[in-house]
Amino acid sequence: MGKVLLEMKHISKSFGAVRALKDVSIDLHEGEVLALMGENGAGKSTLMNILSGSLLPQEGEIYVEGQKVSVTDPVTAKKHGIAKIHQELQVVPELNVAENIFLGRWFKKKLPVVDFESMITETQKYLDMLELDVKPTQKVKDLRIGEQQLVEIAKALSLDARILVMDEPTSAISEKEAEKLFTIIRRLRSEGRGIIYITHRMEEIFKIADRLTVMRDGAYIGTVNASETDTDEIIRMMVGRDVSEQYPKDPTEKGDVAFEVKDLTYTPAPGSFRRSLKNISLKVHHGEVLGIAGLAGAGRTEFFECVAGVHAREVTGEIYIEGKPVSIRKPGDAIRAGISFATEDRKGSGLVLQRSIGENISLPLLRQFSKYFVMDLKNEGRAWEEQIEALKVKAPGSRTLASALSGGNQQKVILARWLLTKPKLLLLDEPTRGIDVGAKAEIYQLINNLAKAGMAIIVVSSELPEVIGISDRIVTFCEGELTGEFLQAEATQEKLLHSATK
Amino acid sequence: MREKKKMDLGSLRELLLIGVVIILCIIWTIMNPQFISMNNVTNILRQGSYTAIAAVGMTMVIIIGEIDLSAGSLICASGLVGAMVCKSTNNVVLAVSAALLVGVVVGGSNGVLCAVGKLPGFIATLASMTVLRGLAYIITGGNSVVWTNEAFTKIGTGYVGIVPIPVIIMLVVIIFGVFLTSKLRFGRYIYAVGGNMEASRWSGIAVVKVKIIVYMIMGVLTSIAGLIVVTRLGSGQPSAGQNFEMDCITAAVVGGTSMSGGRGKIIGTVVGVLLLTVLTNGMTLVGINTYWQQVFKGIIIVVSVLADTHTKKN
Repeated sequence: MGKVLLEMKHISKSFGAVRALKDVSIDLHEGEVLALMGENGAGKSTLMNILSGSLLPQEGEIYVEGQKVSVTDPVTAKKHGIAKIHQELQVVPELNVAENIFLGRWFKKKLPVVDFESMITETQKYLDMLELDVKPTQKVKDLRIGEQQLVEIAKALSLDARILVMDEPTSAISEKEAEKLFTIIRRLRSEGRGIIYITHRMEEIFKIADRLTVMRDGAYIGTVNASETDTDEIIRMMVGRDVSEQYPKDPTEKGDVAFEVKDLTYTPAPGSFRRSLKNISLKVHHGEVLGIAGLAGAGRTEFFECVAGVHAREVTGEIYIEGKPVSIRKPGDAIRAGISFATEDRKGSGLVLQRSIGENISLPLLRQFSKYFVMDLKNEGRAWEEQIEALKVKAPGSRTLASALSGGNQQKVILARWLLTKPKLLLLDEPTRGIDVGAKAEIYQLINNLAKAGMAIIVVSSELPEVIGISDRIVTFCEGELTGEFLQAEATQEKLLHSATK
Repeated sequence: MREKKKMDLGSLRELLLIGVVIILCIIWTIMNPQFISMNNVTNILRQGSYTAIAAVGMTMVIIIGEIDLSAGSLICASGLVGAMVCKSTNNVVLAVSAALLVGVVVGGSNGVLCAVGKLPGFIATLASMTVLRGLAYIITGGNSVVWTNEAFTKIGTGYVGIVPIPVIIMLVVIIFGVFLTSKLRFGRYIYAVGGNMEASRWSGIAVVKVKIIVYMIMGVLTSIAGLIVVTRLGSGQPSAGQNFEMDCITAAVVGGTSMSGGRGKIIGTVVGVLLLTVLTNGMTLVGINTYWQQVFKGIIIVVSVLADTHTKKN
């Protein structure tokens, strides 16, 4: 092992009453990849934001190559050779690739004239390194999300940092692109740099990490060598208990048909990026979980949106709830008919971030919680507490802002909201995306329990083992059409994939 | 326990502002004892009344994530219409109704342009601000409009006991605003739509309707303010109410309303109006000229918002 490159000692940080980090210490050596693991809300991102100067710790010290340093802002972090690739993209969409990569340090010929030629040549070097097929002069907003993330990575590479932090760099890129990234990480490691790598994907850890440090609830749990551990041990460390049986699935009593759609066709307005849908017909019974598998862009989310009444004007077809035809012209109609749609887009169509958890939970039911226009705050407050309790949302109270929660808990708030509407049909779009193993297991259990209680559920998921594990029946979508149907017993990943790529 | 702590933090800002108001009052009283006289206190309340009335509406518009630049022109237009109807019919009820109707129509059209036409509120109300001001000069030919009905004049100048009528109207509007935003279902709609329009729409909230109604409330409140202004002046002036919208926005921002929508409190805005009025009144009383008054007002805006963003960070 090379010599110690970075030490963070006894770091503590609180946000108001929430203690995000409690006396955390980590170290990083030259020429190693340290994976930082932990559930959502474990404090990984907070720790890394302190390292990169975006946040200030209340206590603790940072040493770079044995020298105590004070990282007060991102600029001093860069001076100490620390660079970070953010989880959320931080590119300027209106600027081109080269301008983004060298943002804040554009080459200058003679002040104040920018030397675009050499910037472009230099950028091309990094693009080649990543085998990224875009031009340095292309505007970043015209790139795919995955390409944008690679631009972020190129930016971090160009900083020539000794210490490189990568916060879920592969969350939006393809497997092929990820492989390229790993090759580069290995090269950076052989050059003696230290890399801190955050991810939720286990298989990546074993591909590239040398050591793993696990955090839980803002505290340091332990560090192990990647070659001497396995998935189970890591999960145990992350969750603090054994995660038994990944997909709980009790046999359920299949009831009458709860929901039926006939010939749903969706023609998006011109200029829309949404996928059109052609003649989708399907049925879901009470107590049944129907999985929808398909590639990204196959029209799965659009299907949910249409059923939930978001695109009513562009949709034709018939919808029946418990055998009775319903007319859905707007989202309110769907909610009243007993259809609830828990979105995947937590920050977009999901939560009102600057309002409280409670207000977010009762959002679709304000009418029910009011009498003659006046809110019945007592009744409402009771419902808030019940839902927070039922879904085990980790928060100081119902008045905590939704923005203060981790991704998994935000997802639970969205579920809490839609379950409160007591739907007959629950549409779940990627209910476990970006959340940790512990919360995932809770959500699987919840789906299982709801089905047992007789609810009809449709789940969209891109993770095939998940779809197979939790569904009674699975249909596949491909380019806006329904292309296959399988019972759980007969479904395999190969069959689904084959059917979803016709 | 924790809940209570949170509440305290929320109202900390208003308490702090009230503290600043009290300190200002003490300073002005020391510099000029007349400041605390009954006469001047009534004066401050009356000066603040019409700003507070419209600022209550402005706060709702800002919470919903929009802005209303047409308030100053509407103050003028609604007052003029009231004055003209009063002049020609000598009927106070008719005059007041006509002025309020102008508010409903202007507010409604701002709302429709914004919610249905998908124009940014800034643009929609910038246009109506310009149109209304132009119309005010066209209709009056640049002249002032006078009336003879004493009862109409009372709206801005009358008293009930020792309390000026505008102050009573202001109190009613404030209570209405606080009740609406904190207790009514519609208040929840405002915060939700301002915080995240998409999420609100998906939760079955009629986003378009909510926006239009908020703009209509703003229009009506501004017209009430317009009636007070015109009857205090004693004549309808096509130049009245210039920059008035900025006073409302300033009060809301100083009072802690977030310009990005979703957050803000009526009470904060009311304290904001009080602070600005006490500041202006006191400075005039101790002889600071109006140019310096503007400088201090600007500094107050910066300091209060800086303090706000800073406390939020920690």
